[in-house]
This record gives sequence, structure tokens and C-alpha cells, in this order.
Amino acid sequence: MSLLRQRKPTGTSNATESDPNICQEDEKKNKAASKDKNPKKQKSWSCIDSCCWLIGWICVTWWFLLFLYNAIPTSFNQYVTEAITGPVPDPPGVKLKKEGLTVKHPVVFVPGIVTGGLELWEGHQCADGLFRKRLWGGTFGEVYKRPLCWVEHMSLDNETGLDPSGIRVRPVSGLVAADYFAPGYFVWAVLIANLANIGYEEKNMYMAAYDWRLSFQNTEVRDQTLSRIKSNIELMVATNGGKKAVIIPHSMGVLYFLHFMKWVEAPAPMGGGGGPDWCAKHIKAVMNIGGPFLGVPKAVAGLFSAEAKDVAVARAITPGFLDHDLFPHQTLQHLMRMTRTWDSTMSMIPKGGDTIWGGLDWSPEECHSPSRKRQIANDTQIANENGSEVVVSQIKHVNYGRVISFGKDVVDAPSSEIERIDFRDAFKGQSVANSTCSEVWTEYHEMGYGGIKAVAEFKAYTAGLIIDLLHFVAPKMMARGDAHFSYGIAENLDNPEYQHYKYWSNPLETTLPTAPDMEIYSLYGVGLPTERAYVYKLTSAECGIPFQIDTSADDEDSCLKDGVYSVDGDETVPVLSAGFMCAKGWRGKTRFNPSGIRTYIREYDHSPPANLLEGRGTLSGNHVDIMGNFALIEDIIRVAAGATGEDLGGNQVYSDIFKWSEKINLQL
Amino acid sequence: MSLIRRRKQNETSRPTRSDPSSIDKEDDNKKKIPAKDQNAEEIALKKLRKWSCIDSCCWLIGSICVTWWFLLFLYNAIPASFNQYVTEAITGPVPDPPGVKLKKEGLTVKHPVVFVPGIVTGGLELWEGHQCAEGLFRKRLWGGTFGEVYKRPLCWVEHMSLDNETGLDPSGIRVRPVSGLVAADYFAPGYFVWAVLIANLARIGYEEKTMSMAAYDWRISFQNTEVRDQTLSRIKSNIELMVATNGGNKAVIIPHSMGVLYFLHFMKWVEAPAPMGGGGGPDWCAKHIKTVMNIGGPFLGVPKAVGGLFSAEAKDIAVIRATAPGFLDNDIFRLQTLQHVMRMTRTWDSTMSMLPKGGDTIWGGLDWSPEEGYTPSKRKQRNNDTQIANEDESEVVASQRKHVNFGRIISFGKDIAEAPSSQIDMIDFRGAVKGNSVANNTCRDVWTEYHEMGYEGIKAVAEYKAYTAESILDLLHFVAPKLMARGSAHFSYGIADNLDDPKYRHYKYWSNPLETTLPNAPDMEIFSMYGVGIPTERAYVYKLTPSADCYIPFQIDTSADDDDTPLKDGVYAVDGDETVPVLSAGFMCAKGWRGKTRFNPSGIRTYLREYEHSPPANLLEGRGTQSGAHVDIMGNFQLIEDIIRVAAGARGEDLGGDQVHSDIFKMSEKINLQL
Repeated sequence: MSLLRQRKPTGTSNATESDPNICQEDEKKNKAASKDKNPKKQKSWSCIDSCCWLIGWICVTWWFLLFLYNAIPTSFNQYVTEAITGPVPDPPGVKLKKEGLTVKHPVVFVPGIVTGGLELWEGHQCADGLFRKRLWGGTFGEVYKRPLCWVEHMSLDNETGLDPSGIRVRPVSGLVAADYFAPGYFVWAVLIANLANIGYEEKNMYMAAYDWRLSFQNTEVRDQTLSRIKSNIELMVATNGGKKAVIIPHSMGVLYFLHFMKWVEAPAPMGGGGGPDWCAKHIKAVMNIGGPFLGVPKAVAGLFSAEAKDVAVARAITPGFLDHDLFPHQTLQHLMRMTRTWDSTMSMIPKGGDTIWGGLDWSPEECHSPSRKRQIANDTQIANENGSEVVVSQIKHVNYGRVISFGKDVVDAPSSEIERIDFRDAFKGQSVANSTCSEVWTEYHEMGYGGIKAVAEFKAYTAGLIIDLLHFVAPKMMARGDAHFSYGIAENLDNPEYQHYKYWSNPLETTLPTAPDMEIYSLYGVGLPTERAYVYKLTSAECGIPFQIDTSADDEDSCLKDGVYSVDGDETVPVLSAGFMCAKGWRGKTRFNPSGIRTYIREYDHSPPANLLEGRGTLSGNHVDIMGNFALIEDIIRVAAGATGEDLGGNQVYSDIFKWSEKINLQL
Repeated sequence: MSLIRRRKQNETSRPTRSDPSSIDKEDDNKKKIPAKDQNAEEIALKKLRKWSCIDSCCWLIGSICVTWWFLLFLYNAIPASFNQYVTEAITGPVPDPPGVKLKKEGLTVKHPVVFVPGIVTGGLELWEGHQCAEGLFRKRLWGGTFGEVYKRPLCWVEHMSLDNETGLDPSGIRVRPVSGLVAADYFAPGYFVWAVLIANLARIGYEEKTMSMAAYDWRISFQNTEVRDQTLSRIKSNIELMVATNGGNKAVIIPHSMGVLYFLHFMKWVEAPAPMGGGGGPDWCAKHIKTVMNIGGPFLGVPKAVGGLFSAEAKDIAVIRATAPGFLDNDIFRLQTLQHVMRMTRTWDSTMSMLPKGGDTIWGGLDWSPEEGYTPSKRKQRNNDTQIANEDESEVVASQRKHVNFGRIISFGKDIAEAPSSQIDMIDFRGAVKGNSVANNTCRDVWTEYHEMGYEGIKAVAEYKAYTAESILDLLHFVAPKLMARGSAHFSYGIADNLDDPKYRHYKYWSNPLETTLPNAPDMEIFSMYGVGIPTERAYVYKLTPSADCYIPFQIDTSADDDDTPLKDGVYAVDGDETVPVLSAGFMCAKGWRGKTRFNPSGIRTYLREYEHSPPANLLEGRGTQSGAHVDIMGNFQLIEDIIRVAAGARGEDLGGDQVHSDIFKMSEKINLQL
């Protein structure tokens, strides 16, 4: 662009020079044909000419550089990196191969939400030619080419949560399903490559790809995915000499695999009929990476106002990709309508209510303060200036428990001063929407001003009330959700109602399988501010979503930025959600863990890549980038090669997870 | 980068304009020292010519690029169905693809479907390699664009080869089959193998939970796929899963080419007791398999495989040649291409699975062969085909009077090929001394077993003059003892006298239909579907290579031509699908397994479905929808329709039973095999 613009002035200036002897070479070329023709013709020729010249030049340079790039040895990049940052450590796979580690246990990957590819098997007219092409993952080329068609095909049926008629979008299978999310943006690829270094290949690595839009039980109903995973694990254990599998779920895959473990042992037809010792016989360890065991506050914002930074991966690669006006106007509404048809998003609504996430006046966490944490961990890094500031700020009380508040003053006020008007019975009023909005119909339009006002007047919502709020604003969606997910805490786990599949993915309403030899790890990054609570405001848009995060709410002292309160975590999952179950809920023999499965917490302190050449870094603690964290990969490889949690050194904790867990008063 | 450099040129060219007033104001600001201006003037004057040259180059490239982009833009802008319109305009309305047609008929998913790809068509990717293959982790070495063959040919050969002794991975190299439908849907970009069938099945509702690709490493012997990768166990588990999750509807298996033999092996393996077999019990096939629909199956081997192993002149790697003609022939590996290829392919045990089986009983002796007197064009007349008999026809009919010795699969010299057997003076080569190694040091690079043989051995081979299917095996044992030593551990080429003999429980017999029995599954059906109407290699005329120090000492005598017999370029051709002769593809279903025979004790019903080849009418049709060629038949609408009907629940009788264009039944009659 800049090139073009730059060229133009010189081109025109050339022509404006009335001097006849412009450039000799121009003249030579024109000699035969247009020696004495009027300058106008020359001008036009010169313009096209210079354009062509310019493009030719760029092409040639580009090709030349491309040639050079291809000609340099592949290790060149490494040399440069080494020259700048000193010798790069061996990748963990190479290092551990030198130590003599080799394939032992088969490995199963369970990808999370968003990261798995989806491809089209049957579509409407507009999706002609996309058969078996990726709609999700890959280059996302179709989003730009035919956005509305894309939204139509990615959406599910609003009533059933299954395929709309005439559309079949199915998960990609095999390791390719989630090795790269988009070209160059790895998810599992680094881990796969390192495992391959010590001898793994496709016969002992398996990607348990599933359609991440569906509710967990529906993946079995529609695609028999759970049966597939069961059969594959059985096969891999059998063909590897009876060595049990190491399961590596990531993100929502963690919940999916919790569901799987209950499903597989439950009797058919609701379950897989594997018998009560299936997990004990087939699973050595479950190594959860960044698991949102207790949900993520982000999911609330996503469902409430489509401002999900949960689609974090997509945003990370193409910032603004979801924000700008791809679909003429109303991007967010289209997005909301689409995501609201995805049952799986409801699996990540915060679970355990006020007991876990805090009430109006208390919360287990304190304000996130990376520098302070570093000091505790005896990190060698020098505490930066912010350190003292943040330590001071801790004196200030932060009401994380109020996951959604309307207005900043409401957040800071003591609960006694907040006047709340119950919204639950409020009259929803007439539909606001007029016909112009019908294209992007969200459930908000059925609610009316009365309802919207009632919601805002309740002022502060804790985790428990969030569920009621969502029921109020999106009754259809939550009706589907209630059939598949549950967000409470079980009083009595022996109650037969808990045999229903909707409880299987909530660790607070199920027991772990009877498998005393199994190990459960919780591996997650820490040291990044992670969304925890929101300050909302009303918008006045007629067709818009009536609620919006109040980005003007800012408070340097209390971790409030752009209307979002943050705590320690991996940018998506707060420490509390990722760590609590392994730190306390399942530690030792508890009622959630009757057979005393050993649990380990492995935290990885985030440090950003030192320079651009490192790409996404080898020490990242970010929710997705952690999949390239060398320390994490090393831990996984060691376990896959036979190590137990004790061999790794037990827990590795940087955050205050144990302290925070203490504060939670949960009957164990 | 480009910005800076270009800017410079501009500046140097500008000062040449002698009129100072014409210089832009900004230029004025930039260059405050006039002295520099003058200096530049002199240099620039010299540069003018040069600049002009570069300039016009750039201009040319630029205009080409712009035109290209413009056309590309137009191409992208036209609707996707444009191609169809053009085709319709030229050839009239195109029939609906079978999937669409059958969907309208109301057919829908019933039986899960398993594809078993053949040799060559499946992708292979690198999991561990040597230094030279850096950066190729999980990239395809085989299939796809084959970019690496051109970039680093020797490295590629090294990684594609297997260990010469074990037939498994060489140390430090792991090349593994790609899994999933992508393994063999397209062989190379745009060159479909299974993709058309998959797309048509998807029309009536199939998806990945009801379709699976039984991809395996087609380089290694069948039993070794289990030993190394547990592929057979994987297929077993997958079929069991699919049958279970589809409400107990049995699977329809669709093997292609060598996959046919692989699946024969599988059916024996799965019922054999562990550890040699899969331990599925004697009724596994009866419980899990509805139909086996073999496409272009080389049940009794292909003569091409002989040509391939003997002198690396395999047109067996037909697909590659079809996509990139000359790909293997030209000198990408400086000289010695063929030797490199031979060394590589000889490490692939699987190629030996396709040597002609059944010896002289099936393939004919020195003086007779089952195919005598049946040539493609004659058949056409009998079938009342609407096509106009072309000029060649009368000629070929006349030629039938001349006796063709197809039984002599290899003859040295054209005269030998035509002489009556009594006149051939055969000197037994089997006891011949192989003599000293011919090879000198310069040949090290491409060491093939020929170099260990010496001139005497080569001469002895040539002096035996004519080889039938049976003596071919001895010949290969003689010229490539190491290869055949590996081969005979995994494959067998004979005919069983007594199938109850316990020795036939060994896995090496499992892929030879003449040495195994079909499983005990009376409800199962076996189809043999193949193309006919294309000349197919059947016998060769060889010659000694004149002065080969480092070369392969035998060569097809391409000068041997005979207008009266189907001899062309040293190759005798019969009816077939360009790779597999009708005899090999059809005999078992036409006779060997028909009814209750000793090879088919439970009387599994067999059906022959032949598809008459007709080449695509014009270029727009691509590889045609009525092709009978070995691989292109996968896009044959009729064949796809048959498969979809069976997958949706039809039986062989519903399809209309046998559909035969060739003389397969007559040929089969001539074969004297105890049933």
C-alpha cells in the first residue's frame, strides 16, 4: 500500500514535467510508435508502465527473497536465535531421548473447545464446493468469502442442539484435527513432535476429536464419539502389551473426559457399559492441561453479551477478526445467535455457586499480583516497581464474588448498601424488536424493556445467581443446557439422581471412578491476569444486545481494567477453577474421590517470549500457548514413559491456590 | 528492503533531468547539497541503459503478473458451476452423479463401509528420519505433491526404502501410513482415488462414523503391518466398532487393487487363533461382513509385477506414470534412475504379493494359455456394442489365426516368443555358476543384486530363453535371492493339493486364494468388479542390455513389434484394466469360488461385475465417468452406483447378478483346476 502511494507522486511528477526529454529510455521505447504524439498518450502509457514496473519489481524482489529463504538451511533460524539469546535448550523430546526414555504408555489427546477442526459433509446451496473442507480451523477463508453462509452452517438447531436439517458439519478426525488450529498456529503439534522424538507414532497416540459444539452426551448420540474413544483406548492398551493409557485433555476436553470416565463405567444404554473397573484397567494418568473444572467466568460474559474472550484462540491469531464488521453491522448479534446454539459453551458456566466463587461480600481470591507471587516463589526476577504498588492494593477489598455488577459504584459498595430488586418474577414486557431486527433475532428481543430494566436493577450477581440470570435472559438456551449440564454441589452423592449424565461433567456432583492406581494431574499456567468479574452497563441499541461491559470502569488499585476484574490464571481459566479440585476437592480420600486417587498440581509460571524469533515462547503459561511450554512437555513425556507423580517431584505451585482453597467451605 | 533500493534508483534517475525547476519541492528539501547532484548526474548517465534493461524486465514481469492476477480473479469470480455449464453446452446434459440419483430414489445409510486402498495409492508420512530429511516431520513422502522427490531425491529414496534383510524400518527411519480418509482420497492434488466414491456415499448420508479407510503401509508384507503397526488389529477393532455403533448392520468392505489381497489376508488372520492371527473366532467374518466388493483385484497376481521385479520396468507404478509421465524415467537421480528405483522397490515386500500365482495351471505353459484367441475388439462385436468397429478390428480378428504364446511370460528374443516349444533349446539356468561380481567400485551407489551375479549368471538366464509363470519364480530366486528369501517367508504362489494340510495355516498362504479357503460365512457375498477393454500387459520380450557395467542387464526389447499379434513395444497385451488381466481379476469369482468348491467350502455367493472402458469424451470430463482403467474406475458412475446400492442394503441379485463383457467364463473353462 505504502509502496503504491509512494510511487504515484513520482509518476505524476514525471508526467507533469513539461520537459520533452523525459527519460531517454522512455523515448527509446516510444520512438517507433509515439515519438511526436501528444503528451497525453505518453502520460497514460507511463502510468500503466510504472504500475507494471512496480509490480514486476516487487514480484522479482519477493521471488528473490523467497529463493534465498528456501536456499538457506532450515537451521538458520536456530542460528539466529542462538546468536541473539544464547544456546537454545534442546527440545524436551530430544533431551529425554538422550536420557534413554522411550515409548511406554499409549497417549490420548482430548482437545478443548474451539481448537478442533470441523468440516462440512452436507450443506445448503450456498456452501457448494466445500464438501470435506474445513469450516472451522485452517485458514477460515470461507468466513470472509461467505460470512452469512458460514454462520448458518456453523449454527446448530436452536431446539435440539443437533444438526439443522440439511446440514452436517462433522469433526475432523485423526491427529490433524487439532495439531494446528490455523496454519502456523500450533495447538498439539509441538507436543506430538516431542513425543515422536522418543518413539511415539500414530499407533500409540490418538486424538479424541469430537464436535466441540455439541453437549457431551450428544456427541455420543449423534456421532458415537464416546464409544469410539472407548474402543480406541481399549485397542491401544491391548496392542501396547496391556500398558494403560495416559490421557491428556486440554481446556474443555478436561470436562469432556470427566464425562467420559463416568459414561464409560455407567451401564448401557445411557453409559458405555464398560463395567465399574474400566478406568482402573485402562487409564494410568489423566493430565489435565488448563482445565476449567469449575467453569470460567468468561463463559458468563460470552453467553450474556457475546463478549466472550473465550474464543481466545481466534482472537489471538486475528485480532479484530470477530470484532470488526465482517457481517454488515450486527456482528455481535450474529455471533451470539451462533454461539448460543452451541450447547458446549454452557459446560463452562461457573459451577458450585457462591460456595466456590464467593458471595456478595467475600471471595476466595485476592487481587492478582504477579510480582508478589514471584517473591513468594523466590523467583530470581527482580520485583518490578509495580510490586510495592500492588502489595498496597491488596489492602483494598475486591468483591470478586459479584461476577456481574451493574455500574462500578455497585461493585465497590458493601452489600448492605445495595438495593436489589428481584428480577426473577419481573414482567418481561413486550418484544422490543421490530421487523428490521429479525435477521439477527436473539432471545433478548423477546424480552422487552421491562425485563432488561429488571435485570439491571438487581445490580449484583454472584455465581449462584448468574444461573438464574441466564435462565431469565435466555430461557430457550438454558432449557437445552439444563438437560445436559448442572452447576450445583451435590449434598449426597449416593442419591440416584446423580446417575444422570447431566451431572457427569461437574466434578462437584460426581465421584471419581474407583481406580486407586490412577493419577490425576492439573497442569496450568499462572502469572497472567484472568477475567473473573465484570462491570456491566445498559446500551440503548434497538437491535443491539442490551448489555455491554462498561469498559470505562477502571481502577488501578483493584485489578479492575476496562470493566473486567482479573485474578491470577492463564488468561482464560482462573487458578481457582483449574486447581481447586486437585488441591482440595479430590486431595486424599474425599467424598468426591472415594478411592483416593492421587492428585498433583503442576503450575507453570508464565514468562513471555524473549523476542519475536521465539514465536509463542517455550515458557508460556497462556491457556493455549502452554501446549508449547517445555517444562510441561517434559512432564508429560516423563509420565508417558512411565514416571509417576512422585517422580516428577509432586506438586509445583506458584500461586496461592492452597491458601485460597482453604477459604472455601466445602463439605468433603 | 525493496522500498529502500527502489527509492535509490529514483533518486539517481531524477537528477539527470537537467531542468532543475522540474524537481519537486520535497526533493529540494531533501537534497540540499548541489554538489552531490552533479556527481550523481555523471553516474546516472552511465546507468541509464542498465536501468532501462532492468526496467523493461520488471515491466514485463509486472504485466504478466497483473494479467495473471486478473485472470485468477475472473476465475474466482465465476460461479463454481461454470465448468458444468460448459460441459453441458458441449456434450449435452450431464447425468446426475450416482449419489444424487440414488438419494432421490430414497436410498440411505445402512451398512458401514470400509475402504482398503491398494499399493501406491496410500499416503506415507515421515515420523523419524535422518539429518537430510529435517523439517519433514509428519509431511508426506508419498502422495501429495511429491515435492521432496525433486528437492532431495537421494534422501527420499533412502527414506522410502526398507531394510533389505528384515523388510521393516531401517534404523533411525520411521515412515508411517497416513490414517483416516485423507490417506487415499486423493493421491496427488486433483488426482482422485477414493474421493469421488466418498463424495457420492456422503450424498446418501455417509460420514466418518460410517466410513473408514483401512490405511496400511503398502510397502511391507501383510503380516508385517500387524507386527510393526498392529494395522490388522486396528482394522478388526474398527469394523467391530462400526458394526456395533450402526445397530449391528454388517460392514461392506471395498478393497482396491492390492487391497484385495490384503483383505484376503485379513479375513484369514482375523479368524486364526492368536498369536499368529487375530483370535476373532471362526465366525467373525460371518458376523461382521456383509459383502466384499473387490475393485480391480489381482487375485492371481499380475504379470506387470514380474517386469517390475526383473528389470524395474514396472508399469505397475501406473498411477505415478499416469500423473507425471516420465517422472520415473527422466534423470532426476543423475543417470541410474532405474537402478535406484529398483533398489528401493526391491526392499518393498508387498510387490511380491502380486507375482503371478498358480503357475502354469493358471497362466499357461510354453504352448498354451487360457487367453488364446480372445482379444478385446472381437469381444466388442459379440456384445453388440453400439460403438462403431474401428479399422483396427478386422486386422485384429485376422491376427487371431496366428498363435500367441501368452504362457511364455518372459522370452528372450521375438523369435523365441513365436517359435513352437519343440524348437526352443532351453539350457537350464538353475545350476549355473553365477560367476564373479560384475560390479566395480563405481557402481557401489546403486548396488543391486545383479552385480553379485556376474556375466555367467546373466548369460545362463538368457539362454533358458522362455519362462512360464512357474519358472519365473525360479528365475527370480536366481537373480534376486535375497529378495525372494524375504518374499517366500511372507507369500506363496502355488496351488494347494490338500487345503486341510496344517501347513496352510501359516500366514504366508493367506493372501493366495489358491492356497486358502474362504471363511465360513454363507451369507456373505463376494464381488469382483473390474474394468475391461484396455490392453493389459501379459507377456514380455526381453533382451540383454548391450554393455551394462552399472546397468540392469535385462531390458524389455521395445523393438519387438508385430502388427498381427497383440505384441507392441516388446509387450504382449490381453484384455484387462491396463494393470490386471481379466483372468487374474475374474477367475476366482467366475470359477474358483463359484458354488461350493474346495476353496469356498461354505458356498459364499460370488458375482462378476465388469465395466466396459470408454475413454472420456473430451478434456473437460477429466478422467471420465465411464473409465475402466485400474485407478480411474474409482470414478466410474456405474461402479459407484453398484457400491452405493449394496451399501444401502441391496444384494448381488438385486444388482442383476453377473455383468460380463469379456470372455472370462470361456477362459476359465480352459483352466484345469481341481475344485
